[in-house]
Amino acid sequence: MTTAPADLSVAGDQHGDEAGQALFDELIARDSRIEPRDWMPEGYRKTLIRQISQHAHSEIIGMQPESNWITRAPSLKRKAILMAKVQDEAGHGLYLYSAAQTLGITREEMMDQLITGRARYSSIFNYLTPTWADMGAIGWLVDGAAICNQVPLCRCSYGPYGRAMVRICKEESFHQRQGFEILLELMQGTEEQREMAQDAVNRWYWPSLMMFGPPDDESPNSAQSMAWNIKRFSNDELRQRFVGMLVPQSEVLGVTLPDPALRWNEETGQYDMSEIDWDEFNEVLAGRGPANAERIRRRREAHDDGAWVREAAAAYAAKQAARQAEVA
Amino acid sequence: MSTPGELGTEAWPLWEVFVRANRGLSHVHVGSLHAPDADMAVRNARDVYTRRNEGVSIWVVPADAITTSDPDAKGAFFESPAGKNYRHAVYYTKSEGVKHL
Repeated sequence: MTTAPADLSVAGDQHGDEAGQALFDELIARDSRIEPRDWMPEGYRKTLIRQISQHAHSEIIGMQPESNWITRAPSLKRKAILMAKVQDEAGHGLYLYSAAQTLGITREEMMDQLITGRARYSSIFNYLTPTWADMGAIGWLVDGAAICNQVPLCRCSYGPYGRAMVRICKEESFHQRQGFEILLELMQGTEEQREMAQDAVNRWYWPSLMMFGPPDDESPNSAQSMAWNIKRFSNDELRQRFVGMLVPQSEVLGVTLPDPALRWNEETGQYDMSEIDWDEFNEVLAGRGPANAERIRRRREAHDDGAWVREAAAAYAAKQAARQAEVA
Repeated sequence: MSTPGELGTEAWPLWEVFVRANRGLSHVHVGSLHAPDADMAVRNARDVYTRRNEGVSIWVVPADAITTSDPDAKGAFFESPAGKNYRHAVYYTKSEGVKHL
């Protein structure tokens, strides 16, 4: 049941706290699930609210780089597919906002945090999408990295988050395949189209690897999230896994991954790669990426433009409720 | 004991959504959403939860209309079946090997 904890006052009762903590610890130790009305440590609740709401914001902001291309898609089929994909992102945002709301934060608070710049979303959406090949690279690399991150989240200890992720992962695989197909078609096209595809891969490769977050030794919250069974694998583990999947896929596409140091290491059983440019990551994270201001401006504008719809719907509902009360 | 429901500060009420995948199956809980009224909740549920033919019928229920058992009294409330495994067919082993039993 995805409902909000209506009885938070109980959390102040010290006796209840001890019993609650004991049950919580036992459930985590058994790798069972925590549900909305269970007692949970404040840190667990806060961590999840932050992570799930940021995740929801990412889905919503993630609509922007792609929606730009809906009117410019090269065929009616591609336009229909892109619309379906952008609609999915909106749906994912709604699943995730609903999951966050079970932890005691309102939709309005989260929306306010986003449009006032107090909440983060994935930095990847602050990059620009100048060509059609970017739709392919986003699907293949960005959605691919997202899936890699999200599959383990289906087993997250917080029930509503895990359930939302199951639905999202099912839908994301269409996103990744359609992106791969766009790139494959371009790579089988003219010289100019091949260059366009390679250029998009060059621009999205490194930012997609940054999506897994800072290296393990600089990721202070990871250990606690892993102890709580929210996170199942470390940032570097997931990044390695992703690169391992990309290499054979890039060979099918015929694109070159833009890392001269990338090679299989027999000893470690994984790929060696160049150091990621963490200065770039930190710059974009700090709000100085190519499109940070534009993304928030457009989100705020959409929110303001939609105000009359929300008001009208609420007024209509109030009127209907009043009429029903009269009849009764 | 409290009942679940939306926080008082939400602008729109919370609805729980149940979808029937096919005729002959039960409606199953799939998630929740916010909507100003029941009609909008059904329409939003269609858009959010059935974009890929997941269902042939949708129920929406105001979350605050649902009463749940007390999560803290879980042990006592569900104690009765414990130790009564004779309610399961596998308890009876002497008929093993006998056909159609």
